[in-house]
Parts: sequence; C-alpha cells; structure tokens
Amino acid sequence: MRREGLASGRRPRQFSGVSGMSQTVAAVEIDRLVKVYKAATAVDGISFALRPGTITGLLGGNGAGKTTTIAMIMGLVSPTSGTVRALGAEMPRQRYRVLHRMNFESPYVEMPMRLTIRQNLAVFGRLYGVDDVAGRIAALAAELDLTDLLDRPTGKLSAGQKTRVSLAKALINSPELLLLDEPTASLDPDTADWIRTRLERYRAERGATVLLASHNMAEVERMCERVIIMKRGRIEDDDTPARLLQRYGRENLEEVFLDVARGRARLEAAQ
Amino acid sequence: MSGPAHDSLAFSARRVGAMILRYWYLLRSSWPRLLELVYWPAVQMMMWGFLQLYIDQNASFFARATGTFIGAVLLWDILFRGQLGFSVSFLEEMWARNMGNLMISPLRPFEFVAALMVMSLVRLAIGMVPVSLLAIAFFGFNLWGLGLALAAFFVNLILTSWAVGIFVSGLVLRNGLGAENLAWTLMFIFMPLACVYYPVATLPGWLQVFAWALPPTYVFEGMRALVIDQAFRADLMIEAFALNIVLFALASAGFLALLADARRAGSLMQTGE
Repeated sequence: MRREGLASGRRPRQFSGVSGMSQTVAAVEIDRLVKVYKAATAVDGISFALRPGTITGLLGGNGAGKTTTIAMIMGLVSPTSGTVRALGAEMPRQRYRVLHRMNFESPYVEMPMRLTIRQNLAVFGRLYGVDDVAGRIAALAAELDLTDLLDRPTGKLSAGQKTRVSLAKALINSPELLLLDEPTASLDPDTADWIRTRLERYRAERGATVLLASHNMAEVERMCERVIIMKRGRIEDDDTPARLLQRYGRENLEEVFLDVARGRARLEAAQ
Repeated sequence: MSGPAHDSLAFSARRVGAMILRYWYLLRSSWPRLLELVYWPAVQMMMWGFLQLYIDQNASFFARATGTFIGAVLLWDILFRGQLGFSVSFLEEMWARNMGNLMISPLRPFEFVAALMVMSLVRLAIGMVPVSLLAIAFFGFNLWGLGLALAAFFVNLILTSWAVGIFVSGLVLRNGLGAENLAWTLMFIFMPLACVYYPVATLPGWLQVFAWALPPTYVFEGMRALVIDQAFRADLMIEAFALNIVLFALASAGFLALLADARRAGSLMQTGE
C-alpha cells in the first residue's frame, strides 16, 4: 500500500509551492501519534502532513480513531506519545498561539439553544477576536442564507438550519485551518449538497486547509483531493481518490472503503 | 482580526466580556432562571426570621442577640449562592453541550473563570438585594447597616464560594455531568463545621480544629460578635482572608490539574454523563 507518511524528524514538514520555488510549512503535521485510553488504543502511531490550501478526507468506520485524531489536532486531547503540530504550533502545549486561526464544526457539538443565532455568533466572534463582529455576522448570514433567522433561538431551528449555524460559527474567524466532523450527517441530500458547495467556495476563496472526517463516501470523493483511510487507529491507506479507485479496481470510494474495512485489500495483496 | 494573543497567559477583557454577555443573554431570556435566584433565599430568610421572632419573645439571651439568625441566613446565602452562581453558569455550558466549542476557542481557563466569577456576583445581586430589603421590611434587620463589616464578610465569603466553585468545575470537567451533584451539595459540608447558626464553642474540642480551618467560620463568628457585642473583629477577617488565599490557590491548582487530566482522558470530548 502506498503511504504519504511523514518523514521522521522534528522539523516542520515543508511542501514545494505551486511554482516550485517557494516552500510552505504543513498546515497540520502529525508524527507517530499514539493515543491510549486506559486499555484501549484509539490512535496507533499515525503520521501524515496536510498541504496548505487542500481538502483532505479522513475516512474510517466507527472507532477508527478519526474523532480522536481531530481532537488532538485541536488540542482537546493530549497525545500519549508522538507529536501534533497545527499551523506550526505543537498541540496542546502551544495551542493559544494558533486557536484563533482554526475552527471546528460538528453536528455533535451544539451551541446554547436559548440564545438567538445572532447572540451566539456575537459571543463567538468576540471570543475569536473578530474586529467587526456585526459585519462578519451579516456577511456570513447572507452567505449561508441565515439572514431571516438571525433573531430566532438556536434551539428552534431545523437540523439543516442548525448545521448552517454551526458552519457560520466555524467560519466566524475566517479560519486558515478548518476541521469538520461529519458536517452533513443527518441532512437531506439537497441541504448536504448546498453545504458542500459553500465549503468548497470557502476553501477556494480563503485558501484554507480543510480536514473532513466523514462516512459519506460520495462527499469525500467530490470534495477531497486526498483521502486518508483509518482502521483501528492506524492509517490503512492514503492517496488521491482517483489513484485509490485505480489501485483497488473499484468504481467508487464506497467500494474501496468496504475493501479496506473488510480486509480484502490485505488478502489480495497477500495473494 | 485583532492582534493575535500568542502568550497563553495573555488576558483578554474582551473574551471575558463575551462570556459574561453569553450568560446575560441566557438569564434575561429565561424567567424561571431569574425567579430561582430570588425565591429560595427569600423563603429561607422568612422562615428563619419568623423563628427568631418566636425565640426573641421567649428567651432573654436571644432577645439580646436579635438579628443573629437572619444575619446568619443572609451571610450563608452569600456563601452558598455565590458558589451556585459560579457553578450553574459553568453547568449551563455542559447542559448546552457547548463546552467543546469553548475549549477549542482562544478562551483561556482563567478568562473563563473570571467570567464565571463576575456572573456569580451578578446572580448574587439579583437574588440577595431584594431579599435583604425584605429583611428590613419584615424584621427590621438591615444587612446594609453593617457597613464596612459587611464588606469584609462579603469578600471572605465570596472568595470561599469561588474557590469551591472552581474546584467543583474541575471535577465536572474531568468526570462529566455525573459529578454535577457536587455542585449542589459540596458547600453543605461547610454548614455544620463553619458554625453558621451557633458559636464554635458549641462544637467538641477536636472538631473546633477543623472548624477554624474553614474561612467562613471566622465570618460567622465575626457576625455574632458584631450583632451581640457590637464589636468588629478585624483579626478574624484577616485570618479568614489569609486562609481564603490558600484555599483559592489550592482550588485553582486543582482545577488546572483536573483540566489537564481531562485532556489526557478525553473527557472534554464527552461532555455528557
């Protein structure tokens, strides 16, 4: 299997720029990362680096270690061993150097229900040090079709509206690094497609780096230029969607994912 | 974006203000929350006030000690409600499943704690000011008439309440909402030992050692000295303040240790039970 694993060593990983002349520091750099909860190993020695301005998909079944990996990138969980660097800062030790430049969205983390959308976004705008909070809220509301809902309590919104609010919160500080955990889970196909389009536009306009954990293979195939597949805390494969399809001889990522999840890839390689 | 604060110790009044704004939005949107701040202190004060009236009419010593029960009730409420005001604001984040959002934001732990301390004062003011006025109207006990002594009592009680609130918040962060009951009950361990309604001399000798290790004990003894003997015991207030500094430092260190442990255990990702 092909891996884009991180070269060993402690210096930040650098990528060649578009012209080949300049060098860019990795937006996220993970080196031999391990997380053990009591007796359970959630992440087992993974290494990878994310090129700035790219969208990378993080695939894996339940318990594969995706959420723990993202939590360690955000500094929410301490590694047992290995290192995580986000935007050049070692996490969680140096997290306050960079937390204002990153953000996160997940349907599993909610916002205060009784506060209106405007109030919630105002609070987070101030927490993230946004200068013109009112202007930023107005711009995000226009972009995410929330203008008419701004003074409605967050708890009285539909699932799709809540997702748009969570996304507005995640974009309030125009993050350079955006971490998404199943951003379109439980949404109808139309709303999910709408969200994906906004995310792609944001990435293109901001030049942001996006790490997307998802169970939706079509979503990952459409949005991501690189896919990291995790299984039982380890990276099972790491490549572009096109090369994964070619190597596994499959027509879509869902079939590739099933091959990895059920161990067929390993069996075929052994034969 | 405003200038990035790179130092983990950099304090931002704006972030503290953002959190205070968040709790203020919540309070003003919920009349049951506002009502809860007033009704229990009022019920307590009325019950103990009428009990004291009854005792005053039947015992010569207590006739001299008019106000000790109401004074004790009001000061106890400062201690208990101060801690509750701190802890409930913290628990609102757990109930709202919002802790993850806060923990990945640039909000520093001490900024979060500062916002919770301010909110405990706001909630205390909403609850205690009307109740102290009721005490004047019903029983002629003027808490505000204690003047400088009240300020000394208040500073010492609120410091203890914050110390307990900070430590309980750390326990909840580490252990999830399963530890929520501690926020409601831990302060009651102070009630018998801090001698809220009776002098320290009432306790057996060996228990008095523990009682004098608690800052609120000095405040309640000081209140009785003031009401019964009309003497302000500055020495007791200074000793209480010194103990409070130690308690506050221990609670803050405990909170930071529990927060670090929560990061190791992954508890910050699971803010439920």
